Formats: sequence, structure tokens, C-alpha cells
Amino acid sequence: MILSHAQVLVVALPLLAVPICALLPGRRLPGVFATLVAWAVLALALLLMQEVSAAGVLRYQLGGWAPPWGIEYRLDRLAALVQLLLALIAAVVLPYAARSLSDEVGERSGGAFAALLLLLTGLLGIVATGDAFNVFVFLEISSLASYTLIALGRRRRALVASFRYLILGTVGATFFLIGLGLLYALTGTLNMDDLAARMPPLAGSPAATTALFFIVVGLGLKAAMFPLHQWLPDAYAEAPPAVSAFMAATSTKVALYALARFLFGVFGLQQLTEVPMLQEGLQWLAVAGMLGGSILALRAADIGRILALSSVAQVGYILLGFALLSTAGVAAGLVHLFNHALMKGALFLALGAMIHRCGGGELARLEGVGHRMPWTMAAFMVGALSLIGVPLTAGFVGKWYLVSAVIDQSAWWLVAAILVSSILSVFYLWRIVEVAYRRPAVMPPRAEAPLILLLPTMLLALANLLVGLNSSPLVSWAEAASLSLLGTGS
Amino acid sequence: MIDLGLYNYWIVIALMMSGLYALIARGNLIRKLIGLNIFQASVFLLYISVGFVRDGAAPILAPDVESYSNPLPHVLILTAIVVGVATTALGLALAVRIHGAYGSIDDDVLDRQRD
Repeated sequence: MILSHAQVLVVALPLLAVPICALLPGRRLPGVFATLVAWAVLALALLLMQEVSAAGVLRYQLGGWAPPWGIEYRLDRLAALVQLLLALIAAVVLPYAARSLSDEVGERSGGAFAALLLLLTGLLGIVATGDAFNVFVFLEISSLASYTLIALGRRRRALVASFRYLILGTVGATFFLIGLGLLYALTGTLNMDDLAARMPPLAGSPAATTALFFIVVGLGLKAAMFPLHQWLPDAYAEAPPAVSAFMAATSTKVALYALARFLFGVFGLQQLTEVPMLQEGLQWLAVAGMLGGSILALRAADIGRILALSSVAQVGYILLGFALLSTAGVAAGLVHLFNHALMKGALFLALGAMIHRCGGGELARLEGVGHRMPWTMAAFMVGALSLIGVPLTAGFVGKWYLVSAVIDQSAWWLVAAILVSSILSVFYLWRIVEVAYRRPAVMPPRAEAPLILLLPTMLLALANLLVGLNSSPLVSWAEAASLSLLGTGS
Repeated sequence: MIDLGLYNYWIVIALMMSGLYALIARGNLIRKLIGLNIFQASVFLLYISVGFVRDGAAPILAPDVESYSNPLPHVLILTAIVVGVATTALGLALAVRIHGAYGSIDDDVLDRQRD
């Protein structure tokens, strides 16, 4: 009975938990409650993953109304993968947040955890739905929750970062809305499958192309596609560490998922090839992001900013995979999307543990932190190696498939760009390593992070190694997802 | 040259541009929010224009009416308006907090503060 509704419950459960969480008293209770909710969501996501691997596509009609009148929830391999990723990250980050976020917020942390659950709801909703307008609603639910969470940061700068993100994020969402409006005017439907079926005759029409550009720019803003990334470094550096970890691992990934869904699942390859400017533009922007993000990260003075700017570069890799418009390219993008969430999650969690002990994330403040917190720094190093793309880590897998997809198209300048950006990442991460292991004049006492912060960090670091050692389940899943996304055009 | 029969769409474009301009050019955070609202309102108007059917009646079932305007865009925009209200409320709340923390809501002044 419950299981047949799992597809909706995975979104409804955290949503229903939001008001309860907001009303819970005390400092620790809301965090514990939110953690339990996240674990329940993970159980549902695992169950759904199993069903999708058997059935291929799961469909659920909301309220029993058949599409195109009602809203349809649709879970295919691509959506199931991103849904599992969200549930995994939430299940690992929330116990961490139960300690770290409630320490930052103080008494009555209910509101903060309610916002965190609302963010999770919004992201899960974007992935679960098969209705284009529903994507907009969930996108804004998740964005509003993010603005609130960023504003909770310790410094007053967090308020400004949140406000600027609010302005840019809303412009992005409104661009997306314009695109949807044009699509609806053209086709008279908002169901994604219906849209995909009605798009081919419209391929190359000016209105469809305009809609395509509005949607790409709107979602690109949310995904921090270069040069629309300006909101991201401030937001991630100023937000409470647990929030940065969760957002860095999930928010931009879900926007990229939505972008892939609209590019390939709604517009379809035929439409995309009619607009060669888009493919070239996306490739150029991806490369600009890969190089620009890395170069900016070389100069940042705060570890949070370095990691955030490196996210801009990593979004470039994923976007490049999509912009190849080939099955192999999209699969590589998906693999890297999944792995980037694992590495950035681990890195930001480790950073949060350092901030917890040292009081801030500036490089100058963290001298010798490698001696002080050896385990935390070890987890950070695993994340950093994965970010560079060293073999036997998750980061290598994504880059390997990306490079081979690029070589398939003999685009050698793109191979060069990937290599240069990887080398740059060695330099900006080396700056952190150097500071962390430099011995300060007075050796500080050893003060490892509390276990509740350390365990989730280690778990994600371990996940990086596990995926690096045995990547075949992830890769074959991503390949199947990419094949069904591009092959059938739906 | 310019088809004035579609004047509602020209109004949409004019509002959209003035909203975006205010959003980018104004340093005052409240003015930015007003610009954002004008920008969003233009998109609401776009949707409602799309839903209009020439000689269509308001979409309320009546015995001798043949053609109705499309009610779906209205419903969609109702949702978008709610989202817009929530965004504006949050933006205003942030502006109040920023004023409390910095004593100013001017973008240039905020930029000059280093912390």
C-alpha cells in the first residue's frame, strides 16, 4: 500500500516534516528529527532505485488525474540516480548538521532544520516530477529555502550574499518561466513526455529556439554556469558549513539535471542540432568555466571560496559532457555529476570540521591544521585527490570517461582544456595542503573534530575511494540512463 | 513595421526591460526588489496574454457560451504570483537585516565593507 506511493512519498515525507520540525523546541531535537526524516527518504530512494532497475520507468498520476490534465511523477534511470544521490548526501550531511548547524544557530534551531528539509523537498521534487511547470515550483521552493539558509551564516556578509543570490536566482527562475510560457504557447502542454512528442515539427522555429535559450540561461544561472556564477562563491563561503556542504553537493547538480532533462528529454537532439550556436556556446562556456573557475580559485584567500570557485570549474566539466550531444558525453557528464557531489560533500564537511575547531576558514587561520586534526585533514586530502582526478578516486572515473567522449569527437582543444584545468586544480589545492602541514611556531594541541562531525566526513571520503575502485555499477547505470534519454527522445 | 495589434506583447517587453534595468542599474536594495517585481509582472502578463482567446468568454461554464479563454495559464500564474510574493517578502526581510547590520542598503556602500 505505502510502497505503491513511494514515488510521491519521497517528496511528500520531507515536506510534511517541515512544519513539524519548525515547531520542535530545543537545540538538538529538530536536528535529530530531520536526520530521521532523511534516513527514511534514503530508504525510499533505495527502494525506488530497485524498482526502476526492474521496470525502467515508473509513472505515478497525482490524485489519479491522467496526464496531460494531471501532474505526472515520472522516475527513469536518470532521475533515480540523482534522487539516490540527493538522499545519500542528505542522510550523511544531516547528522553532521544536527551538531554543527544547531551550534551555529543556537536555541530554537527548528526553523533552520525546517528550511534544510524544505531545500531537500524542493530538490527531490525537481527530480521526481514529469511536469515542466512543476519543475519551476520546486526550483523556487528549493531556492527560497537556500536564501534563508545562507542568511544564517555567522558573518554579516552572509546577509548580502543571500540577498544577491536572491536577486540573481529569481531572475534565473523568471527566465526559465518565460521559456516555459513560450513552450506552452507553442505546444499547449506542460507534460514533459507530451512536450517531447510535439517538439520535432517545431525544430528550428524561432519561438522554440527562443524558449530553448531562455531555459538554458535560466537553469544555467541556478547551476552556476560560467559567467553566471557570481552568486556562488559568496553564498558558499558565507553559509553555515553544513549548509555549504549540502548545497555544494546537491543544488547545482539538480539544476544541471534539470538542464539535461530539458535539453534532451524535452527539446531533443533534433532541435539541438538545428541550433549549432547553442552547442558551440555551451562548449565555450564550459571551457571558460573550467579555466576561469580554477584561475580565480588560485587567488582566493578562504578555503570556502577556493572550493566554491572549483565548483564553477567542475560544473564546466559536467556541462562539457552534455554539450558534446553524444551518448558517451552525457553519460560522462552524469558520472562526473554524481562523483562531484561526493568529493565536494567530503571537502566541505572536512572544512566545516576545521571551522568548528579553528573558528574560521581563512587560509591564514588554518596553519598547521593537518597536525592538529589529522583525520579531518586526511579526509580532506582524499577529497582533494578526487577533485584533481587521481586514479583510484571517484574524480578520475568521471574525467576518464569525459576525455574519452571528447576524443571520440576528435576535439583536441577540449582535451587540452581539461588537462590544463586539472593541473590548475593541483596548484590551488596545493596552497591548502601547504598551509595545513606547515608547522607553526608553537605546535597547537591535537584537537580532532568531534566524532559526529568526523564520521560523516570520513564516510563521504570513503565513498570517493569506493567509487574509484569499483566504478562499473555507476558507469553502466549512467550509460543506460544516457542511452534512454537521448535514444528515444523522451 | 510594428504590429500594434499585438500591443500587449509590446507592453510585456517594455515592462521586462524596465524591470531588468532597475534591477541592474539601481544600487538601492529596495529599488532592486521593485525592479525584480516589475520584471516578474511582465512575465505574468505574457502568460495571461497567451491564454486569451479572441471573442472568448471568461472561463466560467454558462449555457450559451461557445468559446472560452484558456484558464490554465491563469492558474499557473497564480502559483507564480505566490512564489513572487514569497520571494519579495524574503528579500525585504533580508534588506531589513542588512540595514540593521550595516546601517545602509546601498550596494556600493556594502561593497566597500570588507567583512
